[in-house]
Amino acid sequence: MSICRSLFAATLAGVLALAASPASSQTLRYANQGELKSLDPYTLNETTTHAHLGHVYEGLVERGKDLKIIPALAESWETPEPTRWRFHLRKNVKFHNGDPFTADDVVFSAQRVLAKGSDLLTRIPADAKVVKIDDYTVDFILSSPNPILISQWDTWYIMDKKWAEANNAVAPTPVAATTPSYASLHANGTGPFMIESHQPGVKTVFKANPNWWNKPEHNLKEIVFTPIASDATRVAALLSGEVDVIEPVPLQDIQRVNSSPNAAVLTGPELRTIFLGMDQSRDELLYSSVKGKNPFKDVRVREAFYKAIDIDLIKNRVMRGLSTPSALMVAPELYPLSKDFTRPKFDPNAAKKLLADAGYPDGFEVTMDCPNDRYVNDAAICQAVVGMLARVGVKVNLLAQPKAQYFAKVLKAGGFKTSFYLLGWTPGTMDSHNVLHDILGCREDPKDPNRGQANLGGYCNKDLDALTDKILVEADTAKRDLLIKQAFDISIKDYAYIPLHQQSLAWGVSKKVKLTQRADNQVLLYWATKQGE
Amino acid sequence: MLAFTLRRIVQAIAVMFAVGIIAFSMFRFAGDPVNQMVGQDTTIAEREAIRRSLGLDDPVILQFSHYAANAAQFKFGISYQFRLPVTDLLIERMPATLELAICATVFAMVFGILMGVYSALKRDTVLAKLFQAVSLVGISLPTFLIGILLIYLFAVTLGWLPSFGRGEVVKLGWWTTGLLTLSGLKALIMPSITLGLFQMTLIMRLVRAEMLEVLRTDYIRFARARGLTTRAIHFGHALKNTLIPVITVAGLQFGSVIAFSIITETVFQWPGMGLLFVQAVQNVDIPIMAAYLLMVSLIFVTINLVVDILYTVVDPRLRATVGRAA
Repeated sequence: MSICRSLFAATLAGVLALAASPASSQTLRYANQGELKSLDPYTLNETTTHAHLGHVYEGLVERGKDLKIIPALAESWETPEPTRWRFHLRKNVKFHNGDPFTADDVVFSAQRVLAKGSDLLTRIPADAKVVKIDDYTVDFILSSPNPILISQWDTWYIMDKKWAEANNAVAPTPVAATTPSYASLHANGTGPFMIESHQPGVKTVFKANPNWWNKPEHNLKEIVFTPIASDATRVAALLSGEVDVIEPVPLQDIQRVNSSPNAAVLTGPELRTIFLGMDQSRDELLYSSVKGKNPFKDVRVREAFYKAIDIDLIKNRVMRGLSTPSALMVAPELYPLSKDFTRPKFDPNAAKKLLADAGYPDGFEVTMDCPNDRYVNDAAICQAVVGMLARVGVKVNLLAQPKAQYFAKVLKAGGFKTSFYLLGWTPGTMDSHNVLHDILGCREDPKDPNRGQANLGGYCNKDLDALTDKILVEADTAKRDLLIKQAFDISIKDYAYIPLHQQSLAWGVSKKVKLTQRADNQVLLYWATKQGE
Repeated sequence: MLAFTLRRIVQAIAVMFAVGIIAFSMFRFAGDPVNQMVGQDTTIAEREAIRRSLGLDDPVILQFSHYAANAAQFKFGISYQFRLPVTDLLIERMPATLELAICATVFAMVFGILMGVYSALKRDTVLAKLFQAVSLVGISLPTFLIGILLIYLFAVTLGWLPSFGRGEVVKLGWWTTGLLTLSGLKALIMPSITLGLFQMTLIMRLVRAEMLEVLRTDYIRFARARGLTTRAIHFGHALKNTLIPVITVAGLQFGSVIAFSIITETVFQWPGMGLLFVQAVQNVDIPIMAAYLLMVSLIFVTINLVVDILYTVVDPRLRATVGRAA
């Protein structure tokens, strides 16, 4: 009897001890609307993919919670000459399979990221030389100075040379391949988590790496990732406690999530700028009632369009307060002088007058292209714009389509077939130069065929391009910021685009979980802690 | 008989060929796959190189003949988004869809027949009228709405059933099954009801109408005259004769259950072939779309072929005409 009782007591004590033990290792369940398609870190240059793989792989540098560049696999670096960058690598770092991390892996990763099939070719200039100095020192020798060389290196993940060679994965799988690559189903990085299992498009399980070189900030034993494409189901899964974190929460569900007892929505401005563009290159618009000339070539018409947009109404009605109206084509987080810029005031009467001065007292008709499944409430924003322009006499016919059809029509491959459109842009480099080059740069520059590649309206000002080229090589930050200001001033004077707003991030987070939201919308769970069940 | 079967098979191949041609001429309207395969910084020159290497600039008829030549050797290519062989992806997703389709059909048959028989025999009871109302709901409400309503009731409010996924699955060779674990069984309930509801109401209405028809026939009257028990008449004679058209319809519907599982799978994030297809359409993943459409047409063609052959086996009169015609 007493044995029985003591046994019972001991068991009870054990159970209690288990229950009371600090929440040290938890399982965090995360659902995103998109899938993790490939584990190969070089096949798709896209934020969500980088965020997933950032748990497994690491770059030479990383970005902290405030997006500042901080050391990762490189302990430090210097530029002895403007065209030579020297990186001192971290010692005693091991890949998940136990291979040591050395300079050979950096040289290998540089070759691999520039190989055929890679989607990350912008990470390193094609003519850069990568030289191993010793096992823990690597030099990057450039043909011209590049102050923002490392700005995208937080998502240039270092791979294991030995592992890749042993598994026949020395190059990323080209798109037209006939056999799959080992690296698209397996991963071997240095990061805080390891891939435990991966079913493409179904489920991926990450397990904490006990031998990580850095001190973990999380208290997780594993992360279970499932894509849930349907908005309603994703929200339901969060509310019912089946998942702990979801991204994104649709705007219309934010209030419901916040009023539930077990979850809340974490919001904040995103880096993506949503804007309107106008075809300024054709002599006659493709889709308009105006024949024989292009009204958007007249700066007064562009100014009138700008002033006809009531951005506060869009913010309060369409975006339910969750947007930050912007005066610039780049997010304020990415450009310190952006506070010097303000939006021109909403002024429909001035807009009417400008249109009359330009020779359109009764307005005109134009078709607007708009995606309906790409940005937050994209089609609803376009609807609102249609109504606002109607008030100044411009009749806009809206063509809102799924992104696959929309991009096929408006991008270069489709022949830039648009007269008036809505687009969103996050500079991949986290720097204004990318915006000045890709969005505001002249198309068909014989010296630089990639300039203006996302400039769908064909805005062009050679003075701005000259400034952009100077900005690329200017190493002095203060001087560089002033050059950027000059360039943006030109584009504003020209009414090149109509910037609308930065949309808001909306992550649904269980009340048991604490995590940090970074403005580039990378959901990084290695900063998450979860309370015990 | 052999000639009949052969002729049917040739027809089936022609149907699949036609499906392939129609599918390929539609893909052009789905959008540009290359934009979905690369990030925003990828240069125009690279995008064009990708387009060329995939042969997307070729005329439709050339693209199709390439595809048909490969498909004839069972080569279905590599998915644009996953960079994995389409065959592997479809085989991995197939058990989920088939298991769901079978459970939905079983649910539809069992409840459809029970409710149909009851409402035929006890036409004027309250319960029979309730069944009629339920069947109206099942026929008129769209599938995704039923799914979402079920999720909010049983997953969010009551917390009894999972809102998404398959739960724990057990691997049996290449097949994965959710039937052997508790969480797997729980996960099957709501998707099966959502998918099977339409078939259930169809079967229920069919059983009710057939049963009423049969109960009026002479042999039932004679059976009554012979003094058989009501029970034996209803279930031994009437129901048996009712079931022949029901089984035919249910068999033919199985193809549509698989094909229409697309919506149910999307609502419940059920990792089957339908979900794979929907995501392929969004990303213009032509190899997956083409293979899926071919597979669905193969299922339909096969079911029809089997039904045709079974008819001749079952019904000697058909066999005679087929024999003469051949």
